[in-house]
Amino acid sequence: MRGEPISSVADVRERPLILPRLPVVRPATRGAEPRTGVTPEAAVPRTPSRRPAARWRMADTAFRLTALAFALSVLAITGAIAIELFVRSAPARSAFGWSFLWTSVWDPVFSNFGALPFIYGTLATTAIALMIAVPVGLGSAICLAELLPRRVGDALTFLLELLVAVPSVVYGLVGVFVLVPLMRDVGTPIERLLGGIPLFAGPVYGVGLLTAGVLLAVMIVPFIIAIGREVLLAVPQAQRDGALALGATRWEMVRHVVLPYARSGIFGATFLALARALGETMAVTMVIGNRPDIATSLFAPAHTMAAVLANEFAEAVSDVHLAALVEIGLVLFGITLVVNAVARLLILGMQGQERARA
Amino acid sequence: MDGHYARRRRMERIMFAATVAATASALGVLLFLLAYLVWQGAGALSLDFFTHLPTPVGEPGGGMANALVGSAKLLLVAAAVGIPVGFLGGIYLAEYDGGAIAFAVRYAADVLNGIPSIVIGITAYGLLVVPVGHFSTLAGGFALGLLMIPVALRTTEEFLRLVPDSLRDASLALGAPYWVTIVRVVIPAGMRGILTGLLLSLARVAGETAPLLFTALNNRFWSPGWGQPTASLPVMIFTYAIAPYEDWHRQAWAAALVLLVLVLGANVVARLTFGGRSAAQA
Repeated sequence: MRGEPISSVADVRERPLILPRLPVVRPATRGAEPRTGVTPEAAVPRTPSRRPAARWRMADTAFRLTALAFALSVLAITGAIAIELFVRSAPARSAFGWSFLWTSVWDPVFSNFGALPFIYGTLATTAIALMIAVPVGLGSAICLAELLPRRVGDALTFLLELLVAVPSVVYGLVGVFVLVPLMRDVGTPIERLLGGIPLFAGPVYGVGLLTAGVLLAVMIVPFIIAIGREVLLAVPQAQRDGALALGATRWEMVRHVVLPYARSGIFGATFLALARALGETMAVTMVIGNRPDIATSLFAPAHTMAAVLANEFAEAVSDVHLAALVEIGLVLFGITLVVNAVARLLILGMQGQERARA
Repeated sequence: MDGHYARRRRMERIMFAATVAATASALGVLLFLLAYLVWQGAGALSLDFFTHLPTPVGEPGGGMANALVGSAKLLLVAAAVGIPVGFLGGIYLAEYDGGAIAFAVRYAADVLNGIPSIVIGITAYGLLVVPVGHFSTLAGGFALGLLMIPVALRTTEEFLRLVPDSLRDASLALGAPYWVTIVRVVIPAGMRGILTGLLLSLARVAGETAPLLFTALNNRFWSPGWGQPTASLPVMIFTYAIAPYEDWHRQAWAAALVLLVLVLGANVVARLTFGGRSAAQA
């Protein structure tokens, strides 16, 4: 990626340094001759050390190795996380085997553990969040990239990027005191009307799958908008001009040219948002109701993988309980790993596509 | 013909109106959220909040002075863990290897970035809580430090890459060893951007709650030294919000406002002061 100049740096770096130390020539201070007798010559060390080149080379090596060690520590840390999860979940893995993933009993008292309710809760809340956040986020991204003047779009995007930084516990706080009562008020008439359908069965507590999904959607929308807009802005102007020159309306241009061109980038943004939603802990814990049931109703309290970790980890009653929680962490780790890898492949695919078109 | 065109124009208007509505609703919800938080928080905030310890349940008043200090200590530990790794690792990625090691390190950083923070908390629990036998500031700070690494690493690398190679060539041509070139020429040229990145990475972990739940835990009193459980703003917000006491809810709003001002303040400062003028233009 780096062109000629860097190769010259590399060349210089590899070559033994045999240059003598150069005198440090400071420019004379403004309009006056140097007052003291410090002449450039005097700045040359009288007795230069015998082998400066060797010393420099050693310092260079030392510096490089230090930097390398810290870079490698990133690898070590990531590896340590995976190993730690794997080793500490061993008691649960040997006790329950693969059935851990599809049994739904969670009973700390009798040390019987299955992760299905949590996996279900995580997937369901994430699905609800994406169903709300992707259309809204993509629509907003289109508006910010295609409709609004560049400066207005920039200013609003700045605001949205700030909102990405709002801590999730703050979202959770607002969720508890605003969204939960709101869902109770809105949900009750819906339940009265459609309660016969399992999806809307009551009772409506306010906390539950739908509340968690909506809150997650609010949290990931700024993220989708920010990335989506960037992706849309990366579509070459010539593509837009071409569509308009063929007589397309601006919507048809967006629909048939801009969006298809940006498709894999948009999928990438969606997957990154998905990864965030899957791992989101605090806000979900605060509004989902924390009940390990597999309920079909949107209004029913549920539980997620991250939420059960937050709730029970510090107070795990037995070693197997702790190991089961760690295994949930391991599953969560595995899922986010896959989702992130897919997002990366999609974005790489888009870059390859662009290179092919260029 | 005209009818067809009119229909297409109508479609355009409808769809664009929908995108405007999406933008308005997204911004509206988010602005409402902020406004509500400021309104609730400002009403609950008082001087006591910053100077007093939490009072026992049922006794009104009190503050979160211990949580403020606790958060500061946690961030200090986090910075001590995350910044050296991110900064020096970033130097390595930008200035040295372009090969397999750099690829592996970048990949590992991406993986680390994607790991849910609560899972990082499990690791810190296993490495620093289990061997010692109790929760501590150090363990919590360590977990936050791990979370900082990917952002610190990638921004350091990116901003060093923006430093033009002519600067490196000039320094080397003057006879400076490569490491002197990096320390005296390249890093100062990219410093503003790097500081932005480090500040943003700190701001990111300042609001993290999940990894602290079972590393730093919580504490209703001062936490002396580094080996005791400590209170922190995010965990306090969580604990107070889900508790059934009216007075605690008010404190939670106040704490959330303080946390938000700190985090968003750091973001605004970083973006406005440094973000616009990166090393490329320096």
